Amino acid sequence: MTQDYIRQRERRTGWLLILPALLVLLLVYAYPILRAFWLSVFTENLSTNLEPVFSGFENYGRMAQDGRFWASLGNTAIFTAASLVLELILGLGVALTLDQAFRGRGWVRTIAILPWALPTALIALAWRWIFNGEFGVWNDILMRLQIIGNPINWLGDPNWAMLGVIAADVWKTTSFVAILLLAGLQSIPQDLYEAHAIDGATPLQSFRKITLPLIMPQILIAMLFRFAQAFGIFDLIQVMTGGGPGGATEMVSLYIYATVMRYLDFGYGAALVVVTFVILIAVVAIAALYLSKVRHAAGVEE
Amino acid sequence: MAKLELQNLTKAYSKTVVPVKDLSLTVDDNEFLTLVGPSGCGKSTILRMIAGLEQVTQGTVSIGGRDVTPLAPGDRNIAMVFQSYALYPHMTVYDNMASGLKLRKLGVGDIQKRIQSASQVLGLDPLLDRRPSQLSGGQRQRVALGRALVREPDVFLLDEPLSNLDALLREQVRADLKQIFERQESPVVYVTHDQTEAMTLSTKVAVLSEGYLQQLDAPNEIYRRPANRFVAGFIGSPQMNLMTLERVENSVLLGEFKIELPDAARKGSSVILGIRPEHVRLPQEGDCQIVRGDVFLVENLGMSDLVSVRLHGSDDRVLRAMLPADATWSRENIELALPPQSIHWFDVETEARLTS
Repeated sequence: MTQDYIRQRERRTGWLLILPALLVLLLVYAYPILRAFWLSVFTENLSTNLEPVFSGFENYGRMAQDGRFWASLGNTAIFTAASLVLELILGLGVALTLDQAFRGRGWVRTIAILPWALPTALIALAWRWIFNGEFGVWNDILMRLQIIGNPINWLGDPNWAMLGVIAADVWKTTSFVAILLLAGLQSIPQDLYEAHAIDGATPLQSFRKITLPLIMPQILIAMLFRFAQAFGIFDLIQVMTGGGPGGATEMVSLYIYATVMRYLDFGYGAALVVVTFVILIAVVAIAALYLSKVRHAAGVEE
Repeated sequence: MAKLELQNLTKAYSKTVVPVKDLSLTVDDNEFLTLVGPSGCGKSTILRMIAGLEQVTQGTVSIGGRDVTPLAPGDRNIAMVFQSYALYPHMTVYDNMASGLKLRKLGVGDIQKRIQSASQVLGLDPLLDRRPSQLSGGQRQRVALGRALVREPDVFLLDEPLSNLDALLREQVRADLKQIFERQESPVVYVTHDQTEAMTLSTKVAVLSEGYLQQLDAPNEIYRRPANRFVAGFIGSPQMNLMTLERVENSVLLGEFKIELPDAARKGSSVILGIRPEHVRLPQEGDCQIVRGDVFLVENLGMSDLVSVRLHGSDDRVLRAMLPADATWSRENIELALPPQSIHWFDVETEARLTS
C-alpha cells in the first residue's frame, strides 16, 4: 500500500484554510454562549452590588415561578406561530403568482423583495403611524367603509396590539418566504406537470401531488429561518409597542433586554438567555432532522 | 385501440411563426408512425397538439372517431413518454406507474395486476420500490415506458425517448421498443430526429421539414423512392450524392461524362441527380455509365470504406462511394459505375421526384 500523498496534502491544506474561520467562530459564538451559561449560575444584580455571587440553579428556579417570563414566552409563541402560518400561506400565493409567465415579471419580482430589504425599524415606525389611533390610515379606511364607527387605538389596546405587530411582521417577511418558495417552484420541471395532466390530474391535484411535495424542502427551510427570526424578534416590537400595552406584546427578547439593561439583573438575564437558546436549538435541530428526511422523500439526490 | 386522425392541423404562434402547416394524416391500429425531421421542423409541436399540451390553431385531432381537439390532455386517453422521462422524483417506481391509474379511479387489484405485467415485460420487478434518483438512465427510460404501457391508452405518444441514452444502450432499447409495441394494438406516434430509429421502428414514416409534410410512406419506400430532394438528402446515411447538372438534350454532363436521362426527366435546362453512396460501385461487366476520378478522402466505416472521389473534368464535383474495405483506395485514379436503376432524378425548381 502506497500512501495517498495527494489526499494527505489536500487534507492538511484544508485544515489550514478553515483555521481562521474556525477561530473567529469560536471567539464570537462559542465563547459568549459558554459565558452566558457560566453567568447564569451566579446572582449578579443590584442586591449583590453587581458582584457575582455563586447561586447554583437558583436563577432557573426563580424563572419557573416568574409569571412575566411565562407570559412573554406565550406572547412569543403566539407571535411566532401566527406570523409563520400567515407568511407561509401568503408567501406561497405570491410565489405561485410570480412563477407564472407574464409581462414585467422581472420588475414585479424585484419590487416584491423590497419590503424585506427595508430596515425593520423604519417599517415599524411606518406601521405605528398606520395603526395610530388619531391619524392612522387604517382607522380612516375602516371608517370610510363603515366597518367601525369610532377610531380604535390599535396599538394601545391589549387585545389588538398583538394583531398589529403580527400584521407588520407578515407584511415585511412574506416576500422573503415567497422568494425562497419561488426558487423551489422554479426547480420543478414543467414536463412533470404535463405528464401529470396526461395522467388525468386536475391543476389542484397537481398542486397537491407534485408542487407541494417537491417544494417541501424549501417550505421547511423558509419556516426554519422564519422561526429563528420570529422567536428572537426585538426591533419591530421595540419600536412599535415597546412590549406594551401592559406587556401584551412583550416577547422573550424584550423581557431579557429589560432584565439586563433596565433592572441590571445580569445573572437572571443570562439564565433567561440560556433557556431561550436551548428552546431555539432544540426546535432548529428537530426541524433540520426532519428536513433531511423530507429532502430524501422529495427525491433530492444526496 | 383507436384510429388517430389529424385533419388540416395548423399551429401558428404568430403570423410568421407557423411551426405546423396544414397537416393531415391518419394512424390506424397496429400502426407505428414516426415523425422525423431536423430540429425546428414542427414534429414535437405536432405530438404536443395530439397530447393536448399545445393549443391547436386550426384543424382537428380525433381519436377513434371522437373529436378530441377541445379536450384536456387527461380526457383524451393517451399516454406519452417524454424525452426527459418526466418521472415524479418523489414517488417510487411503483407509484410513478400507478399515478395515472389512481387518478382514473382504478381498483387497487387492477392497478397491481397491470403494473405486475408491465414490470415483467420491462424487467422492472426488482426496482419497484426505488426512486427515480436511484436508477440509471436506461432504467428510468423503462419506467417511463412502463408508465405509458400500464395506462392501456388509445394512442401512445413518444417524444424522442432514446435521445438521452448512450449509443450502445440506444440500439438495445430500440430493439426492445420494437418488440413491445409490436404486441400493442394501439396506434403509436413516435418523434425523433434519428433516421435509424425512424427506419427500424416504424410501419409508416412522416418526413417533415419547415412545418410541411414532405413524404408519408413505409420506411423502405422512403428509402427507395424519396419524394423530393429534401427527403433524399435527409434519409440515408451516409448522405445521398446530390448534384445539379446541366442538361444537353437527352443526357446530363457530369464532369466529362455523359449520363443518359430517363424520359420523365428530359425537361428544363438542368436537373438534380441523386445516387446513394452504397449504390455507386466498381464497374462490372455490362456497366455503361462509368465515371473516373481521383480519390482524395477515405473514411473507414468498418464493414466498408466511404471513398470521396473528385471527378475528372470538373474540380468541384465530388462523388462519394461505399466500397469494400478489403482494398486500399488512397490517391489513385478510380473508375466507378452509376447503375441507372439506382439514380434518382429531381426537378431543379420544385425539387420533386421526376422518375416514378
